[in-house]
Amino acid sequence: MLNWLGFERRVAVRFLREGRMQTLLIIVGVAAGVAVVAYISALITGLQRNTLEKTLGAQAHITVSARDDVVIPALAAAADTTALVHTQPRVQRPRSIANWQSLVPVLEALPAVAAVSPMVSGAGLAQRGEASRSVALMGVDLDRYDRIVHLRSKVVQGEARLGPGEGIIGRELADDLGVRVGDRISLVTGSSTDSLRVTALVDLGVRELNRRTVIVPLRAAQSLVGLPGGATGLDLALVDVWAAQGLAADLAQRFPYKVESWQEANSQLVSALNAQSVSTALIRGVVMVVVVLGIASVLVVSVVQKQREIGILRAIGATQGQMLRVFLIQGAIVGALGSTLGVLLAVALIKAFTTFVRGSDGLPLFAITLAPSLALTIAGVATVCGVLAAVAPARRAAALDPAQAIRL
Amino acid sequence: MTPLIELAGIHKSYNLGLANEAEVLHGVSLTIDRGEFVALIGPSGSGKSTLLNIVGLLERLTAGSYRIQGEESSGLDDAGLTLRRRAVLGFVFQFHHLLPAFSALENVTLPALMREGRVTAAQDERARAMLAAVGLENDMHKRPGELSGGMQQRVAIARALVLEPPLVLADEPTGNLDRASSDEVFVLMRRMHAQLHTSFLIVTHDPRLAARCDRVIELVDGRIESDQLATVVTE
Ligand SMILES: Nc1ncnc2c1ncn2[C@@H]1O[C@H](COP(=O)(O)OP(=O)(O)OP(=O)(O)O)[C@@H](O)[C@H]1O
Ligand SMILES: [Mg+2]
Repeated sequence: MLNWLGFERRVAVRFLREGRMQTLLIIVGVAAGVAVVAYISALITGLQRNTLEKTLGAQAHITVSARDDVVIPALAAAADTTALVHTQPRVQRPRSIANWQSLVPVLEALPAVAAVSPMVSGAGLAQRGEASRSVALMGVDLDRYDRIVHLRSKVVQGEARLGPGEGIIGRELADDLGVRVGDRISLVTGSSTDSLRVTALVDLGVRELNRRTVIVPLRAAQSLVGLPGGATGLDLALVDVWAAQGLAADLAQRFPYKVESWQEANSQLVSALNAQSVSTALIRGVVMVVVVLGIASVLVVSVVQKQREIGILRAIGATQGQMLRVFLIQGAIVGALGSTLGVLLAVALIKAFTTFVRGSDGLPLFAITLAPSLALTIAGVATVCGVLAAVAPARRAAALDPAQAIRL
Repeated sequence: MTPLIELAGIHKSYNLGLANEAEVLHGVSLTIDRGEFVALIGPSGSGKSTLLNIVGLLERLTAGSYRIQGEESSGLDDAGLTLRRRAVLGFVFQFHHLLPAFSALENVTLPALMREGRVTAAQDERARAMLAAVGLENDMHKRPGELSGGMQQRVAIARALVLEPPLVLADEPTGNLDRASSDEVFVLMRRMHAQLHTSFLIVTHDPRLAARCDRVIELVDGRIESDQLATVVTE
């Protein structure tokens, strides 16, 4: 195996070394291209992961709720008439999912689903003394809900507990109301009033949420909202977040409920991420094309410069295949050396980014790292690109007429 | 015994556009046996290099038959021609035609390297012995650019002979050298011929050197004008 392509490798390396400046320039060019691709890939991956973590950290991957109330016309329009209808949309009142208790085990049995958590949500007022704030009320089972949004890890003060008469509230809301862990607040909704003891303050990652969130036991919310035994929604966490859209469509077909994936709930974010991915792919594509053209042009020139040598080699017994491979290997070497250098350069750029670009708190904005697998993939692709770029010049070298080349 | 090479009725034309075919060789027939030392002479443009390249399987013939060791080679594809070239032929050209990026020794081991993908210790030994035989034992690691014209040509001869092919083709091997170096290179070829019994076909413009070959073939306008033993020419 040691002598595999021994001749081709030897000649390829010598040819490259002979064309010093040319070789050096193209390797640096490939390195620059690879560095740009690797750096942008790492940056975008980090940015998107960070954005997704922030978004998905505070919400379910799929939510199941009762279908919206719609007005169904009492009289269907006749086939050949056009009905000019003006209907007042129905007021959307909190409604329970029919049969949710039997739906939970069905959903839990799906292999794609990691956790299911019933929820009763409604609006209300939180009061303490003179202070009063309108809040979003969420009734949950703490253990189940924790598996959806990892609530326990978001506690900034106190200890998450949701016994009867206990509640967890957002950090900013606590500030607004002037309450601390252990204090009591009262909750008022259209239909009833209750009071609870604050066991923990949470930071959900978004200030606006922290200002409005009150989490209470499921049963307490049911009576506050006026849905005894009901649940306004089911939150689902999935094993693979990207399966949400497909699964949501599937569930919407199978059950008479409104099913929404996180992508639908955050459609703007998703389209922004998609636009980002498309631009990255575009940049990568353009850089790769430039790299291929660069390598190809240098090798085309090299074939012309080395016509005579190619002629000699052919005369003393080199086959067309050997000449072809001499130039393919040159492409591979340039691609491999260039991409190794490029990956190192990208690592340096990333280091610089994490060192110098920091948020107002002095911490890095988000983690960006060049995953070894990504680096390997990029280097592999660049090497393959080098070989591909060499195909046309190599074929020219192989097709060269030795007699003609020797007469030069 | 079958001759080493046997050309019969060779025609060669270069296609210079459809209506304009230039025939360079008009029916050349020629036989060379093992161990012959042959000069090919003739005026400039008479087709000597063309004939040599055809013998060297670097160029295809337009019509005629070319047998090497009894086997017809005119129908072979490029791979077949290359294999035959490897088995039978060594080359020495006018402008030395060494690879400038390789040392003298590496140039001489190239034929082995391209055949087997590596150079065995025995082949390396053989290449060094060859270079010593042409008087370059002290310059083996120099690049062609560091050697004189005569030295380069001696490296080329070592390379042509290292795998001991039955036939060495040389196109004006001394054409670029001064008189002293010319003589040196020629004497070297005669010595190698005597030692290895290799056949030589040498294109030359130098009548002095042609006269020191065993047989002289004269090509004029793409036809063989004369084909005689050298002693007859010198008379
Ligand atoms: N590739 C080619 N295309 C067209 N014509 C060619 C080609 N090669 C050679 N010729 C022509 O063929 C003729 C013979 O050329 P060749 O090189 O064989 O002559 P020669 O005897 O070796 O001459 P010299 O002594 O000058 O080297 C010349 O007229 C030359 O112009
Ligand atoms: Mg000539």
